[in-house]
Amino acid sequence: MAAKTSTAQSGASASVLFDQPGPKGRRLITVLNWIAGIIVAIVVVLILMRLHNPPDGENQLSWELWKPALESEAWTDFYLPGLLMTVQATVLAVIGSVAFGLVFGIGRLLPNALLRVIAGAVVEFCRAVPVLLLMIFFWRWFAFAGLSNASYWAVVLALVLYNGSVVAELVRSGVGNLPGGQREASLALGLTETQSLMQIEVPQAIVAMLPAAVTQLVVVLKDTALGSIIMYTDLLQESRRLGSMYFNILQTLVVAGVVYFIACWLLSRLAEWLPSRMQQHTAAPAELEPIAPIAAGDASNVNQIAVAREVEERPLRGTPRQYHVHHRGTNASIHNWRRTKYEQGYEPTQPDSQVDPETKRKSRMSSETGKSQN
Amino acid sequence: MMESFLMLFAQYDIPRAFLVNIELTLWSALFSMVLGTVLVMMRISPISSLRTVAGGYVEFFKNMPLTIIMVFMVLGAFGQLKLSFSDTFATNFFWLAVTGLSLYTAAFVCESLRSGINTVPLGQAEAARALGLGFMQSATEIILPQAFRGSVAPLGNTLIALLKNSTVAAAASVSTETSSLMSEMIEYHPDVIVSIFMIFAFGYVILIIPIGMLTTYLSNKLAVRR
Amino acid sequence: MMIRRALAAACAVATVVSLAGCGASEEGKIRIGIKFDQPGLGFKKSGTYVGFDVDVAKYIARYLGYSEDQIVFKESPSKQREAMLQNGDVDMILATYSITAERKNTVDFAGPYFVAGQDLLVRKGDDSIQGPEDLDGKRLCTATGTTSAKNVKEKFAGGVQLMEQPGFAECATALFSGIVDAVTTDDIILAGLASASRGRLEVVGKPFTEEYYGVGIKKGNSELAAKINDAINQMIEDGSWQRAIEDNTAGTGYQPNAKVNPPHATEGEGHDVIATEE
Repeated sequence: MAAKTSTAQSGASASVLFDQPGPKGRRLITVLNWIAGIIVAIVVVLILMRLHNPPDGENQLSWELWKPALESEAWTDFYLPGLLMTVQATVLAVIGSVAFGLVFGIGRLLPNALLRVIAGAVVEFCRAVPVLLLMIFFWRWFAFAGLSNASYWAVVLALVLYNGSVVAELVRSGVGNLPGGQREASLALGLTETQSLMQIEVPQAIVAMLPAAVTQLVVVLKDTALGSIIMYTDLLQESRRLGSMYFNILQTLVVAGVVYFIACWLLSRLAEWLPSRMQQHTAAPAELEPIAPIAAGDASNVNQIAVAREVEERPLRGTPRQYHVHHRGTNASIHNWRRTKYEQGYEPTQPDSQVDPETKRKSRMSSETGKSQN
Repeated sequence: MMESFLMLFAQYDIPRAFLVNIELTLWSALFSMVLGTVLVMMRISPISSLRTVAGGYVEFFKNMPLTIIMVFMVLGAFGQLKLSFSDTFATNFFWLAVTGLSLYTAAFVCESLRSGINTVPLGQAEAARALGLGFMQSATEIILPQAFRGSVAPLGNTLIALLKNSTVAAAASVSTETSSLMSEMIEYHPDVIVSIFMIFAFGYVILIIPIGMLTTYLSNKLAVRR
Repeated sequence: MMIRRALAAACAVATVVSLAGCGASEEGKIRIGIKFDQPGLGFKKSGTYVGFDVDVAKYIARYLGYSEDQIVFKESPSKQREAMLQNGDVDMILATYSITAERKNTVDFAGPYFVAGQDLLVRKGDDSIQGPEDLDGKRLCTATGTTSAKNVKEKFAGGVQLMEQPGFAECATALFSGIVDAVTTDDIILAGLASASRGRLEVVGKPFTEEYYGVGIKKGNSELAAKINDAINQMIEDGSWQRAIEDNTAGTGYQPNAKVNPPHATEGEGHDVIATEE
């Protein structure tokens, strides 16, 4: 959505941080590249030598250890069943989180204040508790309660609660990012606030949040690995098991790590491709700013993976901003959000609209200009 | 209900377990901040190999489960490469966990800073160049200070995630932190499992809400108004 | 439109997931809970199950009139064993399940079919550790949440440094690479690890506790307990028990603690080995 002027240029010239290197500079850069490459190569060789000939123990590179970690039996008996369990928990957790997120996200938008507060408290609580604690608690609780497959349900429920609360915030921000005209038009047509919310705003918000939900999928997939701590037989646990047969647990963990990496990497690519597809179906920006103005427990409502997105570089080699920086404390409802955003200067089309929240003065037009340049 | 809480607090040193997590978080925050800054400078530098290395680093850590990294810190870095911080096991595992958390979090710090860089107007860099500043000077004196102020919110978010992730240190044999203590308490007092969970859950809620509020305050306070 | 399609896809996926959760029919079969990750005792390998617990389980099943393909093995992680029995997920559990007074409040036991003892696993040729009394200043590894490590610390050596890992295989890997000096848990588990270690690890062979491995069954089924006990006693008499031990600890020279092995199975019929908690 951003202007692509910068990407028209290529390579180092896209940056305005340094002058275009001349012949001398380019030679220097080539030399430095070589030096950096050689240093990396030396480090790799040193690590490999250490693994090949450790002071104690055995050669970690020997084929004797790698073969059982790579042969077809290892895949059919351990990695693939483990991956299936991982995928199963991931898929179920994502479906559950979307359901949870819709219920509580809409709950935080309803006109009824009591429902808003309850939904808000649930979401804030689930976002603050570490997933591992949730998992351990549910696991032991389910086991005591006599539920079969206790570890499976514990993994799924813990992931649903945490990621569901993130999805709830995505729904809320998706609605908040809709142009105000959507709500105004539906109210003018005689719909009630709730009808407008459910029939006009939320459906568009869902489409807008889908790319962010796919990013969340990566988080879920990564977090299922915590399940191995509570004995869920996921990919990590199965690779441990395989490793306990031939004492090549390091090798099997490397294989598991590679599988996790590939799966997460593919999902990340999907999440980066989706926004452009989704934009056709919604008036809200598809994941331009997937954040509601602040939940009490969190500075910006973005998960770790969304933070570390490889997005298009800007001239300074930064990436497009995905967060509100200015907040005004807890804002559990979206009323006047659009105006707040406009006042806070996040309306890209209205750069002159920015107002200092403390002095209430427009910064560009006042003496604040000098201050802003510090 | 009240009695069981008192009994649990008397029998177990719960604040100390939280202290371990807080220490893990603070040290990792410090180191990941340093490493993340180095990474982001590599990413914006004119030397293409450094850019590739930093990009690969971020890509690697954001797609790798933290649990695996933690296990590798113990069995790989300590077991095979003999990376050791202390002969005392408890200290050693603590610092191995800090290393793992720092390496992991640095990738997210790098990306937070990168989005902060984007809040710096082009003119700032152009003016720096016009004044004859080289890359290092304009990066460290013009761009990064403003980028830090612009990325308080995502950095605060990363700090919150780090505090929650510090429970995964259990996978690196740190046995005094909260998730391990919670398991132990549930093991011996299964009848009050809900109370035990609530103690720890609200402990985290109490820790995290002030961080969120402080971050909100700071990001309003520090953002460069343009 | 979009949403309806997405919902339909979600429903389809949900159906697949719930189907995948269901196994094959279990009618007319016996379901036995074992460990899947304990080399030498219960281990899943190439779709079959191997280990001492598995051999005993198969013998009991045959005695009860089930052929080998009528056995369904299920995984019983330590913390879920009581729940699986109470729910009726499994008919019996042989998963290094020690008979204790506390557990007898919720489940019944038959057996014991083996008396294990806590022991130490060390690198072959390491003579500095001959028993738990030599552990002072040494580094020890055990699995998270087990009582083994606590035992050693409390009873023998206060100066032990302890490393906790999710499983014993990680411990054995750490022992290989020299970051710990010994691994501790029940001797038969250690023997299984030693057997898989290509001759590089050995069991010290001085067990210092007694753990009575029983067959866990649902509470109040003394008839089944009696049948299982008969099966175990017959297995010990006809030599299959000894053969099973030797097969599963091949190459380690491991001998079960002869003072208490082989045991006589009387549990669950009014002649209990472990007193019931009052």
